[in-house]
Amino acid sequence: MSLETPLHKVQGMGAAHSGTQHFWRQRVTAVALIPLSIWFAVSVLQLVGAQEVDVLTFFQHPLNAGLMGIFVVTLLIHMVLGLQMVIDDYVHTDGAKIALLLLNRAFAWVVGAACLLALLKIAI
Amino acid sequence: MADQKPHSRPLSPHLQIYRWPVTMATSITHRATGMALSAGTLLLAWWLIAAASGPEAFATFQNLAANPLGELVLLGFVWSLAFHLLNGIRHLAWDLGYGFDVPTANKTGILVITLSVLIAIAAFVFAYKHGGLHL
Repeated sequence: MSLETPLHKVQGMGAAHSGTQHFWRQRVTAVALIPLSIWFAVSVLQLVGAQEVDVLTFFQHPLNAGLMGIFVVTLLIHMVLGLQMVIDDYVHTDGAKIALLLLNRAFAWVVGAACLLALLKIAI
Repeated sequence: MADQKPHSRPLSPHLQIYRWPVTMATSITHRATGMALSAGTLLLAWWLIAAASGPEAFATFQNLAANPLGELVLLGFVWSLAFHLLNGIRHLAWDLGYGFDVPTANKTGILVITLSVLIAIAAFVFAYKHGGLHL
């Protein structure tokens, strides 16, 4: 007879080998992204066809730069979690899976750094 | 056994001839639009870098965005964002226990598809009228 609790037996047995943190972060970022992406869509629509100077003026306002920074970081966290779920679901060999999971993270870091540096350069 | 008619037992669904329930279609489309939007973050980064880099880089981006292929990509991006946002709200409602019964899920699925298409069209009509986009 095993003294393991039923919970401990199944912990870490899913495709991602981890628990509810992934699920919860996905939901928290999803809720945050509802107002943020509406703000983003409305802002971009107003800037369609605008001159570069209009775009610069828009992002030189601290509120717009700040919201854009928060939007980018939140969406990239949401993206990493979502793509990780796709990889966990469809890739079943360890080597390819680890490589793709690392690539997923690296992609988010590169895009995030590029966006934030660009915003910083516009703001300064 | 030999007398038994073919197809008298249930056959497993074959994707090419199977009538997709709307919930199945919205489920896989949610994942597909999520992946498309991930690729779309490159467009966002490109736009911000171009604006930060000066008039020439920005003009290159504007020209590519305003050519027909660029507009098609942007339309896909706008529709994907609208769909993923609306269907994401539907998923959050399910997480809270609302609307998970089949008739309601079917109705909200059709609602999400319809609204996402309307929003994408409305965004482009607005962009053509007020922005620099040309057909």
